[in-house]
Amino acid sequence: MISDRINEKSPWQDITEGNKIYEAATSREFCTGEWRTSTPVFDGMKCKQCLLCVPVCPDSSIPVKDQRRMAFDLDHCKGCGICAKVCPFGAITMREGK
Amino acid sequence: MAIRERLSGNEAVAYAIKQINPDVMPAFPITPSTEIPQYVATYIANGEIDTEFIHVESEHSAMSATLGACAAGARALTATSSCGMALMWEELYVAASDRLPIVLALVNRALTGPININADHSDSMGARDSGWIQIYAESNQEVYDNFLQAFPIAEHKDVQLPIMICQDGFITSHGVENILLVEDDLVKEFVGERNPEHYLLNPNEKMSVGPYAVSNYYMETKKAQREAMNNAKRVILEMAERFEKMTGRKYGFFEEYCMDDAEYAVVIIGSAAGTCKAAIDEIRQTTGKKVGLLKIRVFRPFPEEEIALALKDMKAIAILDRSEMFSATSGPLGAEVRAALYGVKSQAEVVNYFYGLGGRDITVDDFKVVYDKLEKIAETGEITDMYDYIGLRSR
Repeated sequence: MISDRINEKSPWQDITEGNKIYEAATSREFCTGEWRTSTPVFDGMKCKQCLLCVPVCPDSSIPVKDQRRMAFDLDHCKGCGICAKVCPFGAITMREGK
Repeated sequence: MAIRERLSGNEAVAYAIKQINPDVMPAFPITPSTEIPQYVATYIANGEIDTEFIHVESEHSAMSATLGACAAGARALTATSSCGMALMWEELYVAASDRLPIVLALVNRALTGPININADHSDSMGARDSGWIQIYAESNQEVYDNFLQAFPIAEHKDVQLPIMICQDGFITSHGVENILLVEDDLVKEFVGERNPEHYLLNPNEKMSVGPYAVSNYYMETKKAQREAMNNAKRVILEMAERFEKMTGRKYGFFEEYCMDDAEYAVVIIGSAAGTCKAAIDEIRQTTGKKVGLLKIRVFRPFPEEEIALALKDMKAIAILDRSEMFSATSGPLGAEVRAALYGVKSQAEVVNYFYGLGGRDITVDDFKVVYDKLEKIAETGEITDMYDYIGLRSR
């Protein structure tokens, strides 16, 4: 984990030159879910597994396994609501708050 | 043996670029720097160098492409002037904070408006807070010599900052002077190759450049940037020493002309220093008055202590600015030099005059008037015009 080496307690001498990051996919460690003001709620009974919601999610927060969508990744979902808008079956609704 | 030539300042910079043979040069033409990319493009077309020239649609793109090339691992540079640099504004700060050792050949020209194409320092002085190293030249020889030192300073592991090599538009950029060029093999040896520790095109290391820094990280990043600028002071002097060993030509943060016994000093940046030297020679020969000049070469990092120590025992000092900053008080050089003098408790009387805005000529006689004024101020202890324009028409 990069956050073990550089975090909000790191002194300036330990920050990399120009903040460059020398590894990939470190955004996984950054929980943008904290920014959310409304939260998608998934109704598995209404879902037909059409997977239209998956590609439209700007934060890749709808994991897929064996051609079926899993529960939302709420660590990274920013609550934009695009998935709820695109779902043809009303299986996703937006709830106020985190 | 050094090569004797006659070159304009733009030709001298382009020749230095040819000798360095950098990897990438994105550029967009703007007077008076246009010739630099033009000459480089000719060298490339003639097969003399293998630099990749990128024809971009604006200066914003020129600096963006230079950033990208530098982050990828290339030795990258560009050239511009005036409003061209203004259009690079966003990327200037990005280059510095991303710690990318880019070289910018800046040919100083007044910023619009009113629209004007001639020399003053409003373009680079406006960028003085952008985090770039700034080195200025009096002559074609100096801009060539400074350019050869640019990459080794910027790419030094303790620095890793962008650098602008500045010269006065038309006055040196288009004026042809005798010049001593360094042999190609010596230049290659002096400048070396860029070998970045981390770079985007390295297949063995994944990397991202310029990530978002929330308030928990921003200040630490800026402090590290400040420290690099601090290190640049040492590295600039080290490179000057190496350069002197190679060529015999000596450089420092500034040049002191007749300052050993001087009582009255002018502080100036750029080509007008030559005119000032002519005035000093004349005054000393005809009157024996102790007049001297401190010509600033390195403005960023600002050599505060060194300047203050060189000036502190003067009776009176005139700091000459070639750009306005409309504080309604000092110009940029005036403000910083005066602040430096406070640190050494200097008793010198100090005035700050503006000259040469938009290419207005400054003459030997103008400098004689300045020195006369300084003498009078020192005698009477009275300053009637703390801030004034030299060569201004007035009723």
